[in-house]
Amino acid sequence: MSATEAVQEGARSRTELREVSGPSSIGGGRRRFFELLWLISVTEFKKTYFGTVLGYFWSLARPLMLFAVLEFVFTRVFRLGSGVPNYPVMLLFNIVLFTFIQEATGTAVGSVLGQEDVVRKTQFPRLVIPLAVVLTGFFNLALNLIAVFAFILAYGVDPAWTWLLLPVILASITILTVALSMLLSALYVRFRDVSIIWGVAITVLFYATPILYPIEKVPDQYRDFLLWNPLAPIFEQARAWIIDPGAPGAVSAAGGLTGLIPAIVIYVAVCVAGVLVFRREAPRIAEAL
Amino acid sequence: MTTAIEVRDLTKTFRVPHHRVDSLKERMLHPFDQGGYDDLHALREVSFDVGKGEFFGVVGRNGSGKSTLLKILASIYGATSGRIRMAGTLAPFIELGVGFNMDLTSRENIVLNGVMMGLSREEAEKRIDSVLDFSELHDHVELKLKNYSSGMLVRLAFSMMLEAETDILLIDEVLAVGDAAFQQKCTDAFNEMRDSGRTVLLVTHDMRSVERFCDRAMLLDSGRIESLGDPSQISRRYLQLNFDELIGEEPENGGAATIPRRGPPEAYLTRAWLETADGTPTTNIEEGEEYSLHAILEVGREIPRPYIGFVISNSNGIDILGFGQALEDLESVPERLRAGQRIHFAARLENRLANGRYEVACWIHRDASFAEAISVVPGALDFVVYGGDIRCMVGVDCEVDIRIDDGAPG
Repeated sequence: MSATEAVQEGARSRTELREVSGPSSIGGGRRRFFELLWLISVTEFKKTYFGTVLGYFWSLARPLMLFAVLEFVFTRVFRLGSGVPNYPVMLLFNIVLFTFIQEATGTAVGSVLGQEDVVRKTQFPRLVIPLAVVLTGFFNLALNLIAVFAFILAYGVDPAWTWLLLPVILASITILTVALSMLLSALYVRFRDVSIIWGVAITVLFYATPILYPIEKVPDQYRDFLLWNPLAPIFEQARAWIIDPGAPGAVSAAGGLTGLIPAIVIYVAVCVAGVLVFRREAPRIAEAL
Repeated sequence: MTTAIEVRDLTKTFRVPHHRVDSLKERMLHPFDQGGYDDLHALREVSFDVGKGEFFGVVGRNGSGKSTLLKILASIYGATSGRIRMAGTLAPFIELGVGFNMDLTSRENIVLNGVMMGLSREEAEKRIDSVLDFSELHDHVELKLKNYSSGMLVRLAFSMMLEAETDILLIDEVLAVGDAAFQQKCTDAFNEMRDSGRTVLLVTHDMRSVERFCDRAMLLDSGRIESLGDPSQISRRYLQLNFDELIGEEPENGGAATIPRRGPPEAYLTRAWLETADGTPTTNIEEGEEYSLHAILEVGREIPRPYIGFVISNSNGIDILGFGQALEDLESVPERLRAGQRIHFAARLENRLANGRYEVACWIHRDASFAEAISVVPGALDFVVYGGDIRCMVGVDCEVDIRIDDGAPG
């Protein structure tokens, strides 16, 4: 319940005693929650872009550098990319998507702890903290994607109607990132080695996701296992929709819908775990810090 | 009177692990090791009511549970058991300036902080001007907060707090901020707040704010309500409690001074305050102003005439000046003081100190040799000096003689 809502509710609420329920992850009213989330994300975003002279350049330069190195290694040295249609733009697109996941979760891990002052001294909706990190990262991603699509067009990929399905891809990636960020930031308050473990895990995830390679190049006996990774079908589907209409897509790569069940189960499990753990820990965060 | 805050049997127990499991590795290595906990009882079955429009003080020594109480009221901590009910809206912060972003300008911070306090963006933007007016920061709007002085930050934070249009405010130690002129403004604002019917719960160490602002006060000790009622009684009780603690403690400075450990205190300070030249109690002194320091000491056991002294130290803890009186030098004082007798000490001074915040310690020594201290009360009172232009710690009057020679030719 925020100040003005209460005022509008009239004098009755000012004299009626109401139970104080204690700290929670959203506490303090929905409108305040979303306004805080928006304001904090926008200011963070502005800070990275207007705080440094080359703000936007840096945010784009990092995935571009990584792309340049990998492109060289995998098309000139290993020749992995040969025979894969539009390999360079696929690589670029995948890297930009993955950079979003990596940077958002990486920053989110320590975010709640980093806002210690706010958490301990105000009744601040805790969930805003990791969510703002993801939203800031999402603004970055959106800007980077503009550049990526310019590359894709320049490379000669024909626009297809399936490009309109990009929001589906972004939504499924963002939801997973939010869930991971909630899980990690809440756990980090209690277990400080979470950040180290996550640093290793995200590197494993980078190679276990079809970013550098298309899924059909993976030997059959490993492919099923690889498809347990919820990111694998998402990235594969993104390739089919955006980069290469001839790519198999998630369903046929998994050999039918049943092949996708493990990935879907894990995806849902991570989301549920994120929400549950954060909700359980949120009231205790101030004390645990 | 309608009730604004109702607290019933509020209990808060912290579980303090003997050794804290901070990493998953430790958890893995000792999966069943609960480590053992100590229960820390921060609050034990505290019940009280605060009336609507009341200015309610909460005092207590460090660790008495007053900050925990405030945090539970503000929904920062959860209660272990008990019930809290409130009427009206609550400002969701307990300290000033929390959530300021040092990389943003004051304008942006006002909006951000306003939203944190529960205003909408538009409402917060409308308040920018009035916040800047009150804090007198109009000239520095576009400056990033990291370039602000600490005084400017405090002014901005306090002005923000005034904009929180909530029915109930929880405030932890805010009066000890800013220069004297701004303090006056804060005092006015507090009085205004009280007149406008807002409920304020003030947690503080400063007994003068309690006596000055509060309608009622509550003294917490070890998580329990020690006493609740009239502010002046509560502040006396608080000082009493503090002095009881001091008796039987070695003075921190070691030295030759020792305090007897057994028996009732031989003599102790019960009150200390400052007065302006015309006799009104004050905490702010202008440079060059005449003022007097008053103290009332009570004799607990029969003693020969002691030495009573005061030391004024600045905010860095440096002792600037001291003065005192050996009572044996005074014919008016009987040779032995009886238990229950009170000593009224008054010293007239002219203020020569530079602007700043000062603390006065009271020393009672056995005699003028200073070999044995009967009682030491650091921070017996504090005050603010303002309006001066002395650049050093202390300024002095002196007669200056100046002659101008024509330089010797050649």
